[in-house]
This record gives sequence, C-alpha cells and structure tokens, in this order.
Amino acid sequence: MQPSDMSAVDLVTAVRQGDLTALRATEVFLERIERLDGQINAFLAVDREGALRTAAAIDAKRKAGKPLGPLAGLPVAVKDALCTSDLPTTCASKMLAGFRPPYDAEVVARLRAADAVIVGKTNMDEFAMGGSNENSAFGPVHNPWDLTRAPGGSSGGSAACVAADMAPVAIGSDTGGSIRQPAGLCGITGLKPTYGRVSRRGLVAFASSLDQIGPMARSAADCALLLETIAGHDPGDATSLDLPVPAYGTDLERPLEGVRIGRVPAHFGAGLDPEVAHAVEEAFAAFRAAGATIIDIDMPHADAGVATYYLVAPCEASSNLARYDGAHYGHRAEPGGHRAEPGGAPASGGGFESALVEMYCRSRAEGFGPEVKRRIMLGTYALSAGYYDAYYAKALKVRRLIRQDYLDAFEKVDLIGGPVSATAAFKLGEKSGDPLAMYLVDLYTVCTNLAGVGGISFPCGFTKGGLPIGFQLQAPALAEPLLLRATDRYQHLTDWHRRRPAIAARPR
Amino acid sequence: MSLSRNDVAKVGLLARLALSDSDLDTMTRELSSIVGFVSQLEKIDTADVSPLAHPLDTQNVFRADVPKPSLTTAEALQSAPRHDGECFLVPAVLGDTGAA
Repeated sequence: MQPSDMSAVDLVTAVRQGDLTALRATEVFLERIERLDGQINAFLAVDREGALRTAAAIDAKRKAGKPLGPLAGLPVAVKDALCTSDLPTTCASKMLAGFRPPYDAEVVARLRAADAVIVGKTNMDEFAMGGSNENSAFGPVHNPWDLTRAPGGSSGGSAACVAADMAPVAIGSDTGGSIRQPAGLCGITGLKPTYGRVSRRGLVAFASSLDQIGPMARSAADCALLLETIAGHDPGDATSLDLPVPAYGTDLERPLEGVRIGRVPAHFGAGLDPEVAHAVEEAFAAFRAAGATIIDIDMPHADAGVATYYLVAPCEASSNLARYDGAHYGHRAEPGGHRAEPGGAPASGGGFESALVEMYCRSRAEGFGPEVKRRIMLGTYALSAGYYDAYYAKALKVRRLIRQDYLDAFEKVDLIGGPVSATAAFKLGEKSGDPLAMYLVDLYTVCTNLAGVGGISFPCGFTKGGLPIGFQLQAPALAEPLLLRATDRYQHLTDWHRRRPAIAARPR
Repeated sequence: MSLSRNDVAKVGLLARLALSDSDLDTMTRELSSIVGFVSQLEKIDTADVSPLAHPLDTQNVFRADVPKPSLTTAEALQSAPRHDGECFLVPAVLGDTGAA
C-alpha cells in the first residue's frame, strides 16, 4: 500500500515497526505536493529540504534504537497562522510578507517533539477571516473535488491538502467554523476542540475569546492521534486548560448505545439545500442504527449567532490587529509612496497629526486586504465611544444566552448533530462581492465558538454533482472523546470519508 | 442603520487605516449594511443578562516568577522594517515633519 493511501495511525505504526521509513513517507507526500499543488494552491510554503532532513534524522534515531515520538515519520501540513521559526509565517497577508517568527508556536514545538515531519505551511483566508479562502493575498485555494469551487475557509489549504492526499493530516484553526466548514466542503474530518484545550501560543491572534487550534485528517481516528499530541496545558498560554489529556484513540470502538444526539428542527429551515438536508437526515438514521437515540431539541438563540459573532470577533480583531504598526515587523509603507487620504481628516484634506501616524495608516492600508480592513473598521466602530453598549456589550449579553442554550441542551442530550454548511462547496467568486452573504456561510458553526464547546465535522454524503456534504456534531466542554468516538463509529458504518477526489487518484 | 461618510472617516483614523475617497465610499456602504444586519440583536431582551466576555470561568492564572531567557536584541529586530541594530527606527513622533 502506498503511504499516501494509509491512515495516519497505520503510517506511524509502519514507521515504528520498520515497515516504512520516515524518508519514504515524506518523499511520497512531497512528490504529490509537487504534482498536484499547482492546480490547488493549498501551500504557501513547502519545506522540502527541512522535511527530508527531519525524516532522515527520525530514521537514524530508530536505527540507533532510540525511542521515537508518537507521530514519528508522520508528514503534517500546518496552517500559515502558526509561527514557525524556520519557515515564513504570513497568515496569507501582504502585511506579514517576509516575516520570520523568532520562535515556534507551542503546537509546532509539540509536533516537532513528537517526531512529526512538517512539510509546509498552508494557504488560508487572510488572518483567518473568511469562509472561502478567497481572502488570501496569495490567491485562492481550489477545491480538489471541483477546481472551480471554493474549499471553504479559513483553513481551506489545510482541508484541501488532506482531501487531495498531499498530507495525511493538517493543523487548522477555528474561530467561527474555520476548521469544520472547510473540512465539510472538502470531504474530510476536522475537529474544533473545546476553548482552551490546545495552546494558542504562537497562533497569530484573530479573536482571542474564540480562537482554537485543531486537527484535520481523513478520519476521526487520525484526528484523535493528532489531538493527543497537540492538546494540553501550556504555561505560555494563560487560557490553556490545566487538565490531563485523555488517550483519545483508546475509547473509539465503544458502541453508541445510550448516547443521546440532539437534532434541531430549526436547522432544516428554508436556507438549507435539499440535498444537504437529505444527507444529514440519513446520517441521523445511521446514528440511530448504531444505537444512539435522536431527540429533537430547541436552541432558541441560534438565529442570533451570526450577528453576535460579527460583533464579538471583529471587536477582538480590531484590538489584536492593532499590533501591525509597520515598526516592529511586517509591511511598512515607503515615505513618499502612494498617498491615500488620511482617514480622520477628509474635510480638511490636510495631513496626519505626525509622520509616525501617517506611516501607521499607510502601512496598514497597504498591508491589509479588504476583508481584514472591513472587520477592523467594524470592530473599531462597535467599540468606539457612544456605540460600545449598543453593539459590543449587547453582543456579549446575547453570547451568554447562546451559551445558556448549550448548557440547557446538554441536560437533555450528549451531542448535538446537524449540517455544517447550508450548501456544498460554492463557486469561487460566487459570494466574494457580498460580504454579508459570505458571513451567513457561518450560520451553523459560530455558536460553537461563542459557547466555547467542541465540534467536529465529517462527510455524510455527496451531492448529485459529486461534492461532499458535511455533518457536524457538537459536544459539551471537554467531551472530545465522545465527539471522536461517535464520528469513528459512524465512519465504521459508512465509507464517505474514504472517497477521494479524482484529482488525487489520477497520475498525470 | 446607516453610517455617514464622516463617521467612517473618523473610524478610519481610530483604526489607523488610510482610506482613499473610493475606499470611503465602499466602506460606508458595506459597513452600513453589516451594522444594519447586526442591529437585529436589539430585538432580544437582555435586561437581566450579564455580558459573557469569555467562555471559561477562569480566575487569575499565576505562574512561578522564574527568570528565563528572552529574545536577544538581534532576534527581536530580525523582521523589523528599519532598525539600527539596537532600536526600531520610526518616523518623527511629534509634528508633521518628514519621515525617517
């Protein structure tokens, strides 16, 4: 069997047993990246030399009889929002072109310590803001199932590279659905862990009360393998939970008898594509056949999720992104270059209050793309004097109501199931002219982040046109073992997650 | 809910984003539409609800106050657009004088 056809669990077992070298595994995936990524654009940087060197060192370690890490020889692609000291980290923004982080993100350090092989950095929406990957400053990612369609976002490169077997697993980040939605649109499995489960030190911050890093892979079992390495307390992230990390891979096979899964009838409203609705209902039937009980529940404030999210996230982003000042790192406007009107003094048409402020304003205007600017502006507006209570404080109150919906629901059920997106992958360009239409793509995913709980998405069928359809499960805080187990049980009853796009199979 | 061009210009300065005339037009239109959308929250009764800023009930998090190595000057300056080997260089902080 080709290493690119093996599960991550089987691949690390083969390396540990000496049936496969880390070097061979790495070469196979690098060769696939070289062959396929010209059409997909999933990678912003590929570290061929570094990956081969790391793989050779792992093989030497094994030969010398030294102990190997739990991910020994496993190629991993990392979203370009995580700092890597030996590779560029751009967040798909011109603002960070040429930036070289002085340290590794905690998750990257854990991957290296576990003997994983980092093959490259994946494309994304700029600063993780977007649901289609079209906001990348380096061009969109193309969905491997149909190159004219979006892979979803913001972790679109991570989703697409796993879907096309250019990496067996990838790291993504999820602020309002950025792991689950692209996983759904690309036909792979993606887990957003509970807020605080995985350290975010070295993850370029977007909205700090929502951001969470998680695994993306072809199956729940492979996600479990990766999560076990990246989860856990980090004194360098004060929001990381100081709690033991379960052995996520050990409890996957326990049957689902007695597990109650909530179904929200309001999820099946007018906006849901009928083909998606059908596949999602079939998945509920499969869970019922697997022993779970399906119970209809109400999430009364779910409708307010997108509006709440598009206040909370931009407010936090406007604060977090204030650090890009053209002074410490990142893009800096050249003096005397293109001259834009100063934002605050259009009436006078006069200058900025100082050369420093002019440099700030022009560097940021040149470095950030349109969606990032929109969110910075929206957040700055909602936090400004006179509007704070009406917008930001109001959103935080509704956020509490949304979280309370989850607490109430989890009194009655163990998991909440439903669609991850209202439609399968949409065409590139289809929504890019209408920011609000793009925000509504996040309808089914943002509440998970607002509540701080965990969610997973995985394929549950295909449209007649051959595009994957995603199913989402959400669970109470720290119930990742149940999310992974339920998904694994489903994946033993079905083979949707084994289907590969034609581009991945066809040698050219 | 609609924002005026002047509101948007003011926010642009607060956000440290230079906006051209056409940027201001686009941004005024788009922000008005988004603010109109998020204003739907007005309809939800939150009279007795306290704000939730953070999903975790975290108290103060402490760690031992142990010295450890920090970035060297060279590491801290390695991605700086301009520096003199010891300091970040920026244009004049006061007054509308020429850029550095």
